[in-house]
Amino acid sequence: MITIESLTKRYGATTAVDSVSMVIESNSITVIVGTSGSGKSTLLRMINRLIEPTSGRVLIDGRDTESEPGHQLRRRIGYVIQGHGLFPHRTVAENIGTVPRLLKWEAQRIRARTARLLEALQLDPALYSDKYPHELSGGQQQRVGVARALAAEPTVLLMDEPFGALDPIIREKAQDDLLDIQRKFGTTIVLVTHDIDEAFRLGDRVAVMSEGRLIQYDRPEVLVTRPANELVARMTGSAERAMRLLSLTTAGEAALPLAGEAVTDGLLVPTSASLREVLSELLWRGSECATVVDADGTPRGRLTVAAIMARGRPA
Amino acid sequence: MSSPGFLLRRPTSAQGTAALAGVDRLGALLTLVGAAGLLLLPFVTYKANRIVPGDPRALAQVLPVWAALGCQATLAAVAAVALLAANAPLRLGAALAGIVATAAALAVAANTLTPPHDLIVRVAPGAGFWLLLAALGLIATDAITRMRPGPGVRVLLLVLFLVGAGASLAHGTFDNVSIMREYAVNASAFAVAARQHILLSLGSLGAAVIVALPLGIFCHRTPRLRPGILSALNIIQTVPSIALFGILMAPLGALAAHVPLAAALGIRGIGAAPAVLALFLYSLLPIVANTVTGLKRVSPATVEAALGMGMTRWQTLTGVELVLALPVILTGIRIVLVQNIGLVTVAALIGGGGFGTFVFGGIGQAANDLVLLGAIPTVVLAYSAAVLLDALIELLDRAPR
Repeated sequence: MITIESLTKRYGATTAVDSVSMVIESNSITVIVGTSGSGKSTLLRMINRLIEPTSGRVLIDGRDTESEPGHQLRRRIGYVIQGHGLFPHRTVAENIGTVPRLLKWEAQRIRARTARLLEALQLDPALYSDKYPHELSGGQQQRVGVARALAAEPTVLLMDEPFGALDPIIREKAQDDLLDIQRKFGTTIVLVTHDIDEAFRLGDRVAVMSEGRLIQYDRPEVLVTRPANELVARMTGSAERAMRLLSLTTAGEAALPLAGEAVTDGLLVPTSASLREVLSELLWRGSECATVVDADGTPRGRLTVAAIMARGRPA
Repeated sequence: MSSPGFLLRRPTSAQGTAALAGVDRLGALLTLVGAAGLLLLPFVTYKANRIVPGDPRALAQVLPVWAALGCQATLAAVAAVALLAANAPLRLGAALAGIVATAAALAVAANTLTPPHDLIVRVAPGAGFWLLLAALGLIATDAITRMRPGPGVRVLLLVLFLVGAGASLAHGTFDNVSIMREYAVNASAFAVAARQHILLSLGSLGAAVIVALPLGIFCHRTPRLRPGILSALNIIQTVPSIALFGILMAPLGALAAHVPLAAALGIRGIGAAPAVLALFLYSLLPIVANTVTGLKRVSPATVEAALGMGMTRWQTLTGVELVLALPVILTGIRIVLVQNIGLVTVAALIGGGGFGTFVFGGIGQAANDLVLLGAIPTVVLAYSAAVLLDALIELLDRAPR
């Protein structure tokens, strides 16, 4: 759990972050979203003290971050930035081993950890360990950046626009991978982005910042149904807020029990598909009903247009 | 209509180009230069003693018939290769054969012209010899450039050249050539000068690195002060070396006169102290400027990531920033080393020692051979330093970064 208490950063007369207080739950993804200059990156960088706050404090699991030297604090916190920042003169394995080496782990343990992370990020250790960053694609570099941040088993991972340099298709894959990683390692992730779609896709909770202030901090569906002000409403897209809401629920979560025998013809949708995608596909086909199937193709339930529409308005 | 005439002329000009296309342009130019040296200028000058003006002799006049024919035939073959062959190793081989033949001709000429046991007569290489050697050297370096050898091969070529030259000198092949006569007289002074020359060059470089590297890092970190520091160093760079040596004589002399410790340390208005100080000042700008450039080249994301992962500022500087900037910093050091090896020569004017003592001694005595005894090793030293450091920089730059 990360507790932020009236955190403020001033540069001369300008206030970059203005008395922000928030509690970030463990084992979840919290996304801080805002326009450039909203203070979101400054807030993130005050958590690992790359920027020292003017006033206020940060507690990680109850412990004040000021209680140890900044560089030691940062070794316990993963950090990923846009454009990965990999060391061009070190191999993939050496890059990933950076923090474990700083913490003086044994070579054997570093090797094992590196291999495990590469596998978790779908990079064959035998193939990629000894490659240099410039030999990798953009998506691979980004994954190595994440592996490097996770190397010393941090409980907290800070990410500053981590997918900003990726093209849209690779970005979506990288976002899915991040959700996987979060489930696999149970890391507390704080991610900064200017992309509201990314925020909704990844965030268990979303914090909206503007001009250094925290405007609203809540579950994404609350941001859609009860925006704190005009800015949040505009940001979450009031014109298509129903669709936004549908995109937050998966077919698996909304499926109705199967009525009698399974319907094997008609539209089959995976449990992971969002209601938005299912509705779009039903409209396209002009049909009323879809069958939800799991990864093995076993029917798990059904969805009707009426049932989906019921989900598209505030409860 | 002019088109028939136009059409008629075109094939002619195309044929003309085709005929010329087979001839190597640089080879043609260098062949002309070499031939002019061989045929129009004296190959050696024969002097009754080391001071009197020489008596010019052509190659054919000074060699036994067999040697003259052999040398000329070799040079003709080299010219043919330089004109027509596109194969770079063949061109290199031919140029080296030409250099060996020319050097051998000089040795034979000196041995032939010098009466037995005579120590007064001087046989000096003439303008023709130097021109021929320059043309052959250019063919060789051009061939090496075309072969694009790796750093290891370039160092190997340098070592082979130095070993070959050293072995023939040690063997006494050129003992009757005037420059070696001067060497024989000055052998012990030569060893002292060589040591002084290397010490002055490396010492001022070392002192400059110790000061310039932190200064460069400071400039990089403090953009506000960077222009001021760099322009101050720039101004030093524009002071001519002799003037700077002169400027430093007065304060250092005063320092030695008033501070006994300074005098005890060997600091005087003349000698090594002002020389080292001047070379040190000249060395600052290239190293500081290249350190700043090299550090600027390191991606800010890389530095941010290093700090964000918990590396200390010192670890980030030494483990990431300086390592990534090293090839550019070494380029600055290479510039300084080569520059210093040359400038140390001038330091002889204020009693700094080094090969410059022979150069200025030779000028004073109108003894060209003595000038060359100082100048040739300086050039070889500077050239070797350049080849070695270039190879090192390329090795480092090839490592992925």
